[in-house]
Amino acid sequence: MDMIFGVPAPLLFGQLVLGLINGAFYAMLSLGLAVIFGLLNIINFTHGAQFMMGAFVAWMLLTYLGIGYWWALLIAPIVVGITGIVIERLFISRLYKLDHLYGLLLTFGLALIIEGSFRNLYGSSGQPYRIPPELTGAWDLGFMFLPVYRGWVVIVALAVCLATWLLIEKTSLGAKLRAATENPALVQAFGINVPRMVMLTYGAGVALAALAGVLAAPIYSVNPQMGANFIITVFAVVVIGGMGSILGSIVTGFVLGVVEGLTRVFYPELSSTVVFIIMAIVLLTRPAGLFGRA
Amino acid sequence: MAGPVLDLGAAQEGKPGPFGFSQAQFALFSAMAVFFLAAPFLGLYEVFLAKILCFALFASAFNLLIGYVGLLSFGHAAYFGMGSYVAGHAAKLWGLPPELAILCGGAVGLALGLPFGWLAIRRSGIYFAMITLALAQMVFFFALQAPFTGGEDGIQAIPRGVLFGVVDLTADRNVYFFALGVFLAGFLLVHRIVHSPFGQVLKAIRENEPRAISLGYRTDDYKLMAFALSATLSGIAGGTKAIVFGIATLTDVHWSMSGEVVLMTLLGGLGTVFGPVAGAAIIVTMQNYLAGFGAWVTIVQGAIFVVCVLAFRAGVIGEIGKALKIRL
Repeated sequence: MDMIFGVPAPLLFGQLVLGLINGAFYAMLSLGLAVIFGLLNIINFTHGAQFMMGAFVAWMLLTYLGIGYWWALLIAPIVVGITGIVIERLFISRLYKLDHLYGLLLTFGLALIIEGSFRNLYGSSGQPYRIPPELTGAWDLGFMFLPVYRGWVVIVALAVCLATWLLIEKTSLGAKLRAATENPALVQAFGINVPRMVMLTYGAGVALAALAGVLAAPIYSVNPQMGANFIITVFAVVVIGGMGSILGSIVTGFVLGVVEGLTRVFYPELSSTVVFIIMAIVLLTRPAGLFGRA
Repeated sequence: MAGPVLDLGAAQEGKPGPFGFSQAQFALFSAMAVFFLAAPFLGLYEVFLAKILCFALFASAFNLLIGYVGLLSFGHAAYFGMGSYVAGHAAKLWGLPPELAILCGGAVGLALGLPFGWLAIRRSGIYFAMITLALAQMVFFFALQAPFTGGEDGIQAIPRGVLFGVVDLTADRNVYFFALGVFLAGFLLVHRIVHSPFGQVLKAIRENEPRAISLGYRTDDYKLMAFALSATLSGIAGGTKAIVFGIATLTDVHWSMSGEVVLMTLLGGLGTVFGPVAGAAIIVTMQNYLAGFGAWVTIVQGAIFVVCVLAFRAGVIGEIGKALKIRL
């Protein structure tokens, strides 16, 4: 068996791929958090619950309506995005004049309500969601076998992240969005409906979380706690990257996923805490985050 | 920089009374002390009351940070939970008496609070909340893996021991009065800190940090000291809980515990003297009644968060104080 740094090659590559997958979810979730934070100035604590809702909507579509994975990729983000818009209109829009901490507390409360409701309805144990037949099997890359679905998740996540980045940095819609982030009053004066833009931005950020949830459904079991476990690590990712830069949050997400995967190979005891340790080091050396503005 | 979290209306300090309380506050404090002294004799269950007292101390310690410095920590479960583990370990394996065991809990709160606070005060506002949450999650994973915490089982059958070598705490009534003593000492200490010159500087930092800096105060030192005090008292509260219930588990160190203490303080009233106690009493009572209804506890807690934030930001005690135009 081939050895790399004293570790069997299949183990190393397997954990690298797993790390890339986790990194893909970190990137998609921290990207959504960053987009929402940019315009709404709130940290969306409900993000983990909305990720979980995406996975659950996919599972419900399949179980109750017989609608499969491919349509779920489209429908679940739309459905969850609409619930996000309702939440923004009903609750979050009342908080814009208050201290940002209230937004955190409100979205934390909403996350508890959503996760508690799903636990009441579906219990704490996971629901299985099968990999669609088109994406089963594995590719032989010569040095390792890559399950097709895992490769698919990494590719889709990369594509979605890049598309979001292009939309925000290179289109006129994105320019308006960035302008509203800098100075909403002035943008409003130019005749752009800023409250509607804020509402749709929140919906889009939430839809991104739901899309990540659908992608995650066949990998992790679909259960009410799946988002809560993720979101705290994503918060650490956001602190490391700093929320100033879209590209920064994508890169930080993928890199930290890979670092976590490598830690699982070389020092498994630290694998669940390594992201937090990196966060502490970054805070010591660059308190604003690697890509943040002070 | 975000503005102050608090909106207590046009409340007046009121006439000064004993112990640095205003007269209204002293009246309420006396009523609270008399109630807790008399409660076991009114047929209320002692262990339940002791649970309220542990959480009331925890929430008061948390309030020291959010209410008087304006820093929202979302990771106080780390200090409470590790305080609970270490006090339980000290009482069970080292055979320490309860008073020393809970001091060990306080010491571990301090030992964690100093480095975590030192890291977290580098940022403010929501970053501070996210950093404290992430650091507490690290402690949770540590507790999950470290052998001395007993993993999923926790530390069970912690002996209540003999207080000062004299009072056997095995009886529920005795351990209740022990918890009451710890709570009252902690509560008065928080009150003393808040009304000391040190506490006045903390409030100045909360209201306008740049101005406090321009007056020559090293605000980071003050914030760190407040953080360490809050973490220490949280550790003592966790240790007391371990002694009363004889058990220390992962629940105490989980992020949902951090959320619960935020909820108690918010519901009672951020930055009020009695709010955390009222909030702890309401939430613990509610958990007690809803214990058999599965995830409904979580849903109701979430709903209370939403209602408090949207319509009830001063909390129960804060609203009463606003209506009466006094600080409670």
